[in-house]
Amino acid sequence: MKKFLYVIAFLFLAGSVFITSPAFAQGGTPPTDDEVNAIARKLYCPVCESTPLDVCPTEACYEWRELIRTMLAEGNTEDQITQYFVDQYGARVLSEPPKEGFFWLIYALPPAVILMGAVILFRSLKEWTKPKAAALVIGSEPAAASPKTDDYLSRFEEELKKQK
Amino acid sequence: MFAEFGYGILVVSFIVAFYSLIAAVYGALRKSAAMVESSRRGMFLVFPLLSLSAAALVYLLITNHFEVAFVYEVTSRSMPTYLKVTAWWGGQAGSLLFWAWLLAAFTSAVTLRKWERDIEFLPWVIVVNAVTIIFFLGMVVFYENPFTRFWLVAGNVEPHMFAPLAATLFTPQDGNGLNPLLRHPGMVIHPPMLYLGFVSYVIPYAFAMAALITGRTDDRWIRLTRRWSLWAWLFLSFGLVLGGRWAYDVLGWGGYWGWDPVEIAAFMPWLTGTAFLHSVMIQEKRGLFKHWNMILVILTYALVVFGTFLTRSGVLSSVHAFANSPIGPFFMGYTALTLFVSIALLIWRWPLLHGETEMKSMLSREALFLLNNLLFMSVLIVSFWGVIFPLVSELFTGQKVTVGPPFYERATAPLFAGLMLLMGIAPLSAWGHSTIKTLGRAMWKSALAAAILTVVLFFTYTQNYIALIGFFLIALVLFVTFQEFGRAARARQRAQGENFFTALARLMGRNRRRYGGYIIHISMMLMAIGILGIEIFQKETQGSLAQGEQMELAGYTIEYRELASWPDEGKGVNFTRAVVDVYEDGIYLGELTPRIDYYFDSQQNMTIPGNRSTLKDDLYVLLVDWQPVSSMGATFKVFVNPLVNWLWIGSLLFLAGIIFTAWPDHDPAEEPLRAPQSTNQPSAAD
Amino acid sequence: MTEELTKKRGVSVPVQIAIWVFLAGLLALVGFGLNHAQNPMAQIGKSVPDFDLEYYPGYEYNGIEKMKLSDLRGKIVVINIWASWCKPCEQEAPDLEQAWQIYKDGGDVVILGVDYVDTPKGAEGYLTKFDITFPNAPDLKSNISSILNRQMGVPETYFIDRTGILRHVKVGPFASVGEIQSIISSME
Repeated sequence: MKKFLYVIAFLFLAGSVFITSPAFAQGGTPPTDDEVNAIARKLYCPVCESTPLDVCPTEACYEWRELIRTMLAEGNTEDQITQYFVDQYGARVLSEPPKEGFFWLIYALPPAVILMGAVILFRSLKEWTKPKAAALVIGSEPAAASPKTDDYLSRFEEELKKQK
Repeated sequence: MFAEFGYGILVVSFIVAFYSLIAAVYGALRKSAAMVESSRRGMFLVFPLLSLSAAALVYLLITNHFEVAFVYEVTSRSMPTYLKVTAWWGGQAGSLLFWAWLLAAFTSAVTLRKWERDIEFLPWVIVVNAVTIIFFLGMVVFYENPFTRFWLVAGNVEPHMFAPLAATLFTPQDGNGLNPLLRHPGMVIHPPMLYLGFVSYVIPYAFAMAALITGRTDDRWIRLTRRWSLWAWLFLSFGLVLGGRWAYDVLGWGGYWGWDPVEIAAFMPWLTGTAFLHSVMIQEKRGLFKHWNMILVILTYALVVFGTFLTRSGVLSSVHAFANSPIGPFFMGYTALTLFVSIALLIWRWPLLHGETEMKSMLSREALFLLNNLLFMSVLIVSFWGVIFPLVSELFTGQKVTVGPPFYERATAPLFAGLMLLMGIAPLSAWGHSTIKTLGRAMWKSALAAAILTVVLFFTYTQNYIALIGFFLIALVLFVTFQEFGRAARARQRAQGENFFTALARLMGRNRRRYGGYIIHISMMLMAIGILGIEIFQKETQGSLAQGEQMELAGYTIEYRELASWPDEGKGVNFTRAVVDVYEDGIYLGELTPRIDYYFDSQQNMTIPGNRSTLKDDLYVLLVDWQPVSSMGATFKVFVNPLVNWLWIGSLLFLAGIIFTAWPDHDPAEEPLRAPQSTNQPSAAD
Repeated sequence: MTEELTKKRGVSVPVQIAIWVFLAGLLALVGFGLNHAQNPMAQIGKSVPDFDLEYYPGYEYNGIEKMKLSDLRGKIVVINIWASWCKPCEQEAPDLEQAWQIYKDGGDVVILGVDYVDTPKGAEGYLTKFDITFPNAPDLKSNISSILNRQMGVPETYFIDRTGILRHVKVGPFASVGEIQSIISSME
């Protein structure tokens, strides 16, 4: 049991070595709920799937928030706390996958597919709008002589044109 | 007794649906009108039959028949009767029956319409509907039977439909009770609306398939289902909005949309459905994009089935997911079947589906509608990939990941902005032909007004550039739309000699789809104001207060007055209710009463906010925790959600707009077919 | 959307192939997810896949602090999944400890605690509060629990026989030591 305590103490010591801006260590004021929530909002506890940590009502998430509070009081920065949770519980605690390795796919694929769609669309549009089809248009549209359509919209638009 | 009756009727309905399917296929292939008529009558029968079965289930629910496993799972003695009725769709088995019942209602309605001119569609429409009903009924009959009862077999309680040997019926004293989250009035109508939306997309899909199979690939199927797709869209949209309101009221996280997989699963068919609404107009007006419309209707239906499957089978974990159930593989098989058959049919008929005219200009309305479709598809791609990525990640890296709101927000925000810009431009463009010059002439006044408003907002309200871009686009769309209303009404006023408002009313009445669409655009902008407000300007704080202590946020002061906790045995709830006084700049505004309700039967807490809602902002107070001695203190979480009320106001206008557009007048199929368009369409912008 | 490009033509074969391959891939992916969700890797009557155990500081088994499940082959292994935030777990914790006191000297039955998604402070408090002495390992990344049950609820207890085959799963807390003993004796 003793060993256990040492490990925890070591963890926090190790953490404090890397502190760049010890936010609360010197001031001594305990971290506020808002400071805890600001970090918790960006984390997801596996017990509460798809609910951010700051609003998850379970006991497990309460403990996580208390852990954040303790770490803040120890002087850890937000990045260090987030990193601690990632190291301990895996990348799933983050609100989106880290931008590294395989996970790049989630960020890269949608723009690639959308771009592809846009290119296809643009090229088709260009193809369609080419004046080359003039002959074809006349051929395929025998009704071109009667501009009156049954569509109210176009009738109305004509009406409008006359008014001007 | 009622359980056997209900199950018996289910089996009968299943057989009738099966018969109709076979009769319809036979009738269509052998050109036998009698067989088709027989299948049509069979199909019509399914709805009354299922209603009987549903009535039996509802009877069991409201009379506390806890020997029925489903009744035991979702109700308890302390629940009021109306909740016992709505518990029908509060669990897996019941909600599947509910789906099947709604589907049967739509199918019966569709068999009743006049078919004379479209008789060759009839058997195939029946086939698609019958297959869908058989699928849902099959799940209910074979896997998730809501009428299964508890039996005492050799000392063990086992669920069976029929009495095993030497077994006696086992009736628990009380049921589990409905999940408290589902006991909100919003939850009473939210799922039925969503289900209605899902189910009603079966009809446009069925007609599309019928058109492909029969080779009648002109836009007849689109005209026949125009109103169906509008109503489907109405139900789906309404379901989504209600879901948002429900989340805001009972989930206690100060938000309305969390990009949860289940929410996205309902959102995806809405995206393709919305794209479809726009794109069918091009086919009707210009005879273009026939392939694309087929793809959209197939996608919408596939997403309905696929989304339901993803969220119900436990493939994705989510707060909404029903527990693991045996229907997974069955559902998966059906999804695969739907996709393969639809796509095979589409490929087979591809050469028949070519456009009748040419596109004239990159700025024509049809080109802008295509761009609109591209943007909707982009949102779909982002959503789909985000939902499916955790699976991909687990498969390839073995690591679980969360894809949360930041991902979706970042990716979709520019797409939504693009859609808003299109909403501002497209109404001014003309079918067939538009140029930068004509568009510019039509737009510059609105654009200038929106720009001036944005500058004013910059100096008076916010310097946040995302918000400013948003407000500019909102203002642009609103001005353009109002200008369209005004210009058209004035033109009619001059032509007909009516006064302005008569002219406006008649104008709207004569072209309900166009002006209904504009109302929907306006309502979307009101909703966008609310969304921008809460997404960008939301403020929150949390703190513990002793009695009489105060806390401040964004100009509001809340003072903790008192707290009381009392059990209500009749309802099976323990209420803990805090009273806080609210001041704004020192002026007393009233009290708010955030609550925590603890449900004994399900051992769950519900956090009910105290909310003060104005057009400017919402003050949303949550009770987080309290000390055993209430005078010692309580912890509150306070949100100020600026402008969020516009989201709900916009939603109401949105509903009004769709109803205005979709309200039946005469059968749209009776309208004359589109005549081929002239090459020189007069432009609205001229 | 490319209708005009393929005027009066059908869908070309490469495009068709691409469509079907994409569809098959999608279904395969979902099928994988479904299979994963419905069939946890550990099933009653089947061998439990191996996993690593790294005990909490101060805990060990036979003097070893880090081992694999397979190192315990030949013994009856009882894996109890718990968490400090789980109220029903507290109910059964004394019973499990009592059972350990009964079996530990025999060397034939191992009771292992696996702490599911927990905080160090919470875990330490829990282990101290109930004076738990049987070997306990954290499962913060839910590597172990996802092998046993994809949708883990705590407490759950898994009984593995001498040949490494899962024999029994208890969901929820034990009512008494007797219940634990009777399950173990049924596996002899």
